[in-house]
Amino acid sequence: MEFRDYYDVMGVARDASEDDIKKAYRRLARKYHPDVSKEPDAEERFKEVGEAYAVLKDAEKRAAYDQLGPNWQAGQDFQPPPDWDAGFEFSGRGFDGDASQFSDFFESLFGEQFRTSRQGRGASGFSARGEDHHAKVLIDLEDAYTGAERSISLRGAELDDSGHVVTKDRTLNVRIPKGVKQGQRIRLAGQGGPGIGDAPAGDLYLEIEFNPHRLYRVEGRDVHVELPVTPWEAALGATISVPTPDGNVEMRVPEGTTQSRTLRLKGRGIPGKEPGNMYVDLAITLPAADSERARELYEAMRGDLAYDPRGKIGARA
Amino acid sequence: MTDTRQITITTSELLDDDVELSMDEFCRACSGTTQWVIELVDEGVVEPVNLTAEDWRFTGTSLTRAQVAMRLHRDLDVNTPGIALALDLIDEIRRLRERVVNRRLDRQGDRNG
Repeated sequence: MEFRDYYDVMGVARDASEDDIKKAYRRLARKYHPDVSKEPDAEERFKEVGEAYAVLKDAEKRAAYDQLGPNWQAGQDFQPPPDWDAGFEFSGRGFDGDASQFSDFFESLFGEQFRTSRQGRGASGFSARGEDHHAKVLIDLEDAYTGAERSISLRGAELDDSGHVVTKDRTLNVRIPKGVKQGQRIRLAGQGGPGIGDAPAGDLYLEIEFNPHRLYRVEGRDVHVELPVTPWEAALGATISVPTPDGNVEMRVPEGTTQSRTLRLKGRGIPGKEPGNMYVDLAITLPAADSERARELYEAMRGDLAYDPRGKIGARA
Repeated sequence: MTDTRQITITTSELLDDDVELSMDEFCRACSGTTQWVIELVDEGVVEPVNLTAEDWRFTGTSLTRAQVAMRLHRDLDVNTPGIALALDLIDEIRRLRERVVNRRLDRQGDRNG
């Protein structure tokens, strides 16, 4: 198991005051809070900071941790010395936050105390509903159109019947309902942390996030696609095939389209009681003048068409 | 000790505007007290679907907001007006980020095309 340098995680000196530690925590918590931060490793960092703060803010735990000595390096292989915490009295308070999310290192130092406090509370008839857990699940946009099943692997600490903490890997087969939007949550009742005493387990909340798509952009329930068209399709009108996550549909490009415009396919966005729309951004693309014939055609247009695209902005053609 | 179990879930519930929760269910799901939820309503963070009724009911979308509100309160010690401000800003940033990402995809499309 790797040693964790909680002072380093918090960016404070070993002799930092309680106040400094609290300030450092607040600053880092704001920076890495998963609801606020978009740092790629925000969630991981937030947990690290939470774990470091759980130890350093508590005078008893901090003293016990300090007693391990200042010579450990973060990441170094670590086994707690036997009776390392002898002589320290822990008040047996529960942990703020979700201690099951903390590292093996934390568990090896303070896990016994955690178990004792939970068992003690259970034995005295105390009961409390289990923690709610949160996780993200990535799906493809197509899945939102049809619904899908996803296998999700979760790892969490649980108490077994004799009160020992065991790490359990769980695979959940989750049905993703048709019509989900980015950022929406799905609740799985009773799949969170176990309850204490007779109380029920917590719930598991899954936040839906879409994988970036090669073709489509999503805004709420609306879906955008950019569709290249030829100048003659735009100018003369045409019926063209448009890809949608639901399959191809035929769409009429109106005659006389002379510049980029957006056409709406009503109700072809993400389905729902009020389904979103599909927006097709027409992008007129020009063929290269890369053959004799193509040059002739462009030259004919230059000679025959009185077209001044810069007339409106007052520049000379 | 590691133990692997395979569980098939049949009851998953999409927390959208079609889901309605009672005050009790709402409080339990966001780990807040009735008093705290009333503060959120006063501050306009969430709105019950039946504001004038005696038994308030909330949508699944409101629950998602209240859960974020609770985490901001618990982790950062933000008070209710601060939570309201933070949630509005978070929404705004999400919209802007969506737009930035979409622009970037457009430009990539242009380059690849």
